Amino acid sequence: MNRLILNKIVLLLSTLSAVIGIGFLFWILITLSYKGISSLSLSTFTNDLVEGGIRNLLVGQFTMALLASFIAIPIGMFAGIWLREYSNNSRLANVIRNLSDIMMSAPSIVIGVFVYALFVAPFGGYNGFAGVIALTIMMIPIIINTTDNMLSLVPKELREAGIALGGSKHKIIVQIVIKAAKVGITTGILLSFARIIGETAPLLFTSANSQFFTMDLTEQFPSLTVSIYNLATYPDEASRNLAWAASFVLTIIVLIINLMGRYMTRNKK
Amino acid sequence: MKNKNLIMKVKDFNFTYAGVQEPSLKQINLPIEKNKITALIGPSGCGKSTLLRAMNRIHDLYPGNQYQGEINLYGKSEKSNILELTKENDLIELRQQVGMIFQKPTPFPMSIFDNVAYGLKLAGLKDKDELEAKVHKALQDAAIWKETKDRLHSSALGLSGGQQQRLCIARAVALKPDVLLFDEPTSALDPISTGAIEELISTLKEEVSVVIVTHNMQQASRLSDYTAFMYLGDLIEYDKTETIFMNPAQKLTEDYITGRFG
Repeated sequence: MNRLILNKIVLLLSTLSAVIGIGFLFWILITLSYKGISSLSLSTFTNDLVEGGIRNLLVGQFTMALLASFIAIPIGMFAGIWLREYSNNSRLANVIRNLSDIMMSAPSIVIGVFVYALFVAPFGGYNGFAGVIALTIMMIPIIINTTDNMLSLVPKELREAGIALGGSKHKIIVQIVIKAAKVGITTGILLSFARIIGETAPLLFTSANSQFFTMDLTEQFPSLTVSIYNLATYPDEASRNLAWAASFVLTIIVLIINLMGRYMTRNKK
Repeated sequence: MKNKNLIMKVKDFNFTYAGVQEPSLKQINLPIEKNKITALIGPSGCGKSTLLRAMNRIHDLYPGNQYQGEINLYGKSEKSNILELTKENDLIELRQQVGMIFQKPTPFPMSIFDNVAYGLKLAGLKDKDELEAKVHKALQDAAIWKETKDRLHSSALGLSGGQQQRLCIARAVALKPDVLLFDEPTSALDPISTGAIEELISTLKEEVSVVIVTHNMQQASRLSDYTAFMYLGDLIEYDKTETIFMNPAQKLTEDYITGRFG
């Protein structure tokens, strides 16, 4: 009898918790969609921030995130490959692995401050490059971690089989091991991209923001997330509506990238 | 003169794993007869897989392991002590002469055709027609041609476990090795697949010499011509399989074979 009651209590509590958790998520999504869609119009996408649109912000955000990916993906992947395939789990490798894990959970504002001290203050002002560097620093440990983990899932027999067929180590790694881990690594890269595309803190005082369309990374650079942060606190209705619209667009982008990642993992099975 | 019938000869061989004081193999002496099947048996941890993995120097993948003594290969090239090889190219050549099949099937994540062609390409074969002919021949030799001829370009991962294992054998056979090493090749397979693999191995010996590590005593007695019994890093007894199973010289061998321990 007691056990039945206990079972019911636990069931009730866990259901309640789930409802609360998911409830908040839907609350956010519904508010965001409602306020966001009602503030959206075609001109939101064709105008720059100075004219009440987000065109330059989208381009700026993607430019910085893509540039960061171009730097972070090769560095992170090579580091991950070294950790898993070449380091033989030496002490140095474990130090690097742990450091990378710590970096991954480092508060993004700290990375922002760090980049500010090194690449903003000495150059006399906010610039797009600093934003790219901050995002790169955020991304590298995630890519290292993904590559390392996904390679560790490849059975060691597969490497041995390649070697036993007369392959050299680097050929086996490139042609077989990475191929076997391809889906996992690609998914990890997509998810890490989704993570940095929505970052605000590392950009806040590195690239800052710009109202105008620019591709000049030596200047302040337009950013969707920093704009949301700014616009949301403005007193006028139009700015706040634009913040809702921008938030909605950002959420959809992150959602799509996440779904792509999930879709890839599911297809593998 | 006796060497004429040998493909390999292990002489006073010691092997020590990285970071361990005690050698895992002690003073092993073992002949491997040409075009015969030699089985290595013994309880877990006796060193039979360690010995097998020394014969193609796959231990070199992990640094710090130590070899002592000789393992001579009397292959297509002249006699050579494979433990003296140091250059990566020489090791690659060794592994083309001494192939290996693992416990779990290890198909590469590519098509059936590419799996078999992979080793040939590594060996430098580029001519497309020749490649195709050799791949087809290898699949036939490994008795998997019928099942795969209509799906050569679909993924090898879609094959059943037994088929995957035969594909791995085809992959190794394609290189025309002198020796094939089998590391418990059927322990992950069902009885029917096991039967197919065993049959395949016994036909292979016309072309290659076979060394097989097995936990399955029936398998050793069914398949092999010679059997070596190992225990705790020592080679206890080596003889014709018949003799080992019917009339072993050592008490330890008899105890193991009759199932009194192990």
